[in-house]
Amino acid sequence: MYKYFPHTAANIQEMLAVVGSDTLDQLYCDVPEHIIYNKEYNLNEQMSEQEIRNYFNALAEKNQKLCCFAGAGAYDHYTPSVISYLTNRSEFQTAYTPYQPEISQGTLRYIFEFQSMICNLTGMDVANASMYDGATATAEAVMMMVASAKGGAKKVLVSATLNPLARRVVDTYAKFHGIELQTIKEQDGATSLQDMECLLAQGGVAGVILQQPNIYGIIEDYSGFADRIHNAKALLAMNVNPSALAVIKTPAELGADIVCGDGQSLGIPLTFGGPYVGFMACRKDLVRKMPGRIVGATTDTEGRRAFVLTLQAREQHIRRNKATSNICSNQSLMALWVTIYLSIMGKEGLKEVNDLSYCGAHYLFDSLMATGKFSKLFDKPFLNEFAVDYKGDAAKLQKFMIDNGILAGVRLKDIKADAGDSTLLFAVTEQRTKEEIDNFVGLINKAAL
Amino acid sequence: MKYYDKLIFELSVPGRVGYSLPKNRFDKYSIDNLDKNLKRESELELPSVGELDAVRHYTNLSQMNFGVDTGFYPLGSCTMKYNPKINEEICSMPQFAALHPLQPAECAQGALEIYYNLAKSLAAISGLSEFTLNPFAGAHGELTGLMIMRQYHILRGDTKRTKVIVPDSAHGTNPASAAVAGLEIVEVKSTPGGTVSIEDLKPLLDDSIAGIMMTNPNTLGIFESEIPQIAQLVHAAGGLLYYDGANLNPMLGKCRPGDMGFDIMHINLHKSFSTPHGGGGPGCGPVGVRAGLEELLPAPHVRKDNNGKFHIESTDDSFGSISQYFGNFGVMLRAYTYILSLGKENIKYVGPLSVLNANYVKESLKDCYELPIEGVCKHEFVFDGLKDKSTGVTTLDVAKRLLDYGYHAPTIYFPLLFHQAIMIEPTETESKETLDAFINVMRLVAKEASENPEMVKSAPHNTPITRVDDLKAAKQPILKYRDF
Repeated sequence: MYKYFPHTAANIQEMLAVVGSDTLDQLYCDVPEHIIYNKEYNLNEQMSEQEIRNYFNALAEKNQKLCCFAGAGAYDHYTPSVISYLTNRSEFQTAYTPYQPEISQGTLRYIFEFQSMICNLTGMDVANASMYDGATATAEAVMMMVASAKGGAKKVLVSATLNPLARRVVDTYAKFHGIELQTIKEQDGATSLQDMECLLAQGGVAGVILQQPNIYGIIEDYSGFADRIHNAKALLAMNVNPSALAVIKTPAELGADIVCGDGQSLGIPLTFGGPYVGFMACRKDLVRKMPGRIVGATTDTEGRRAFVLTLQAREQHIRRNKATSNICSNQSLMALWVTIYLSIMGKEGLKEVNDLSYCGAHYLFDSLMATGKFSKLFDKPFLNEFAVDYKGDAAKLQKFMIDNGILAGVRLKDIKADAGDSTLLFAVTEQRTKEEIDNFVGLINKAAL
Repeated sequence: MKYYDKLIFELSVPGRVGYSLPKNRFDKYSIDNLDKNLKRESELELPSVGELDAVRHYTNLSQMNFGVDTGFYPLGSCTMKYNPKINEEICSMPQFAALHPLQPAECAQGALEIYYNLAKSLAAISGLSEFTLNPFAGAHGELTGLMIMRQYHILRGDTKRTKVIVPDSAHGTNPASAAVAGLEIVEVKSTPGGTVSIEDLKPLLDDSIAGIMMTNPNTLGIFESEIPQIAQLVHAAGGLLYYDGANLNPMLGKCRPGDMGFDIMHINLHKSFSTPHGGGGPGCGPVGVRAGLEELLPAPHVRKDNNGKFHIESTDDSFGSISQYFGNFGVMLRAYTYILSLGKENIKYVGPLSVLNANYVKESLKDCYELPIEGVCKHEFVFDGLKDKSTGVTTLDVAKRLLDYGYHAPTIYFPLLFHQAIMIEPTETESKETLDAFINVMRLVAKEASENPEMVKSAPHNTPITRVDDLKAAKQPILKYRDF
């Protein structure tokens, strides 16, 4: 027998007798014999815990530990130690979706807190219990705008400054869902207001997707965008970095109707891309078109405050093919992660994180310029991430840096087809010390062009 | 469990902090230099709490939660098996936490090897050719699978295939996923025995059909014995078969979806492969395809070359992307640990033991609960409420009374085929003692329903809160702290 199978041989015999079966095999008498699998799977032999540890330690050695100056949607922010300690509590971790509110108040309460915090960060009226990731949340925002459009508009405009890794997910959902996407041109690293106006003037637009800060790390000046979008009877959805919202204008202040994004920047470790947590928030009047779970407050039969999944009439298990989305879960535990992060950091901590990242990024930018090996790409304000052109071979530089234990940003062309060959995107978080930045710049000075 | 009524915002005291950050050593820089026009105007209202405040608060919240580690979940179609702790240890290794998803493949070979090996293991278990691990959840896997189905027809220039057949017993996500993928749903009826009716299926199979979505065993826990004929009919009509892997657990070790004739499937790693549900996620919904469809899988895709090096690819025929990076890598680490722990010698018992447990509970209770379909079940079965219908005690009442006795409720009012459905799935990790205790309580509740129906109707009585006012929650929505 095996540690996860508690039955003894005697147990199995007793139970088979109750069931009226002679053998375990007989329980499959309803499966046609020619599709019964009689062999052993082509898998490893069982491993003990020691062997498992050794195996994964060896695999972990095959990854190189690098000092991270890369971003492009995933940032190496600091994680307070209490978070994993609390999220690993098995009452949170081994719980099912909170359909039984009487024994799920823990999950329901932290989701309510998560929704409250997302609303506060974004300035929006309502938020859902979370989405899979930032890219799928953006795709859902596109479908939501089309579902909300009056007069059957099926076209959505997407800024060229949206992260291309999110864009390709939006493209995929739109293609299969019958939504036409048009790209708003970029000019000097920012969304062209003029081009957006031209596209809006052609009519039939359900909504517009803008990103803040954008793929180049630039904080775009979106004043005037929302008015023009709303005048064209379209909606504005913004994909935002939620950490940055502690210091930059909120989507609500910019007139957004829907807000989406990835919560990874709120203290979630990089973990090779996931699990992260998507989020979505919107104006009150759009809530019935919003996908995903929503938790609301109510009372129990004795008048005590209680929390429960609510507005479920929007969802797949009730609406089936008429549901606003097929999503029927969230990234609950990662929503808890973000909620604890924001509780621990508070407003002062989150501002400080942004200040440290801003300062480190600007220090790196100035230091890189001083090497004479980089040229400016844009003259626009940025927060913790920026794009510059390397005067030599960018791929070679990255290789040289990896040999020295540094992840020297993201080569933009690897993710954005129209980017220059030598454009590099660097991100700096509060985790990068001045010494690490100086070491990085010192190596750049040494690198052959 | 005891009632605790605070929200973190109610613990906030201005000036209190719970964090520590390094000193700012970049003297001449400051975020205050940011253009005023770009700065946030409204006040940020995050709580100001100390570290201990947060630790106590979330610990108190956790104690109002039920989990697999606190008690038994007879939750049908959810496969709430034990979540092994070594999985968590491996998933928490700092070497994986520090990996940036855009780190070049050359310096992420260990992570890519894990991804690749897990995909290969799932292919071996399911009898299919290749898997993507990118989908984030079961429903996301369904969507991915249906996009593959559509892409298959589109690449063949067969663009009129825009309908997908879904049995009336299907999970609610099936039709919803189909709608998101731009497919129209055609429902096929079940026979009185609970399986897909071949007679009703045949006339639906014309050249507008992209394929069929099925779970096998179905949501009644019944094996669709006619699956080879169904596969033959659907293939002959030019369609593909999609396997909803929500009910894969009883098949482990006994029967592979690929051998049943399925072309595409998803697996819920958070069900059959023991990763925790986390109160609703993160999950992972890998999607596999039979030979010939591999090039349609989404980007990014991990492949191994002849030198044993791993690469990140995107093929020309791929239908697109459904995730920003590689999906929930942390969940993959757990599931792969589970497969390695069990090995081929043990994994083959998962299905048979789960089926034994389900049949044992079914046979032990069918004299007090209405069993609409007799015969051997697979991992789960459905009762149509209490046998004695005269008491007025409903399935909801029974479910709520179980909470009082320290059990999670079964899945109720699903599938929709029965008005008082109680769907029970015990999983293979529960002992005979646990099942016997549960059976006794189910019998006790049936007795209480006859002797003291009012007490059952007003259950639960021993939980941190009693039944909630759902109507009030929906009519006067309070969806964030400031709404109070």
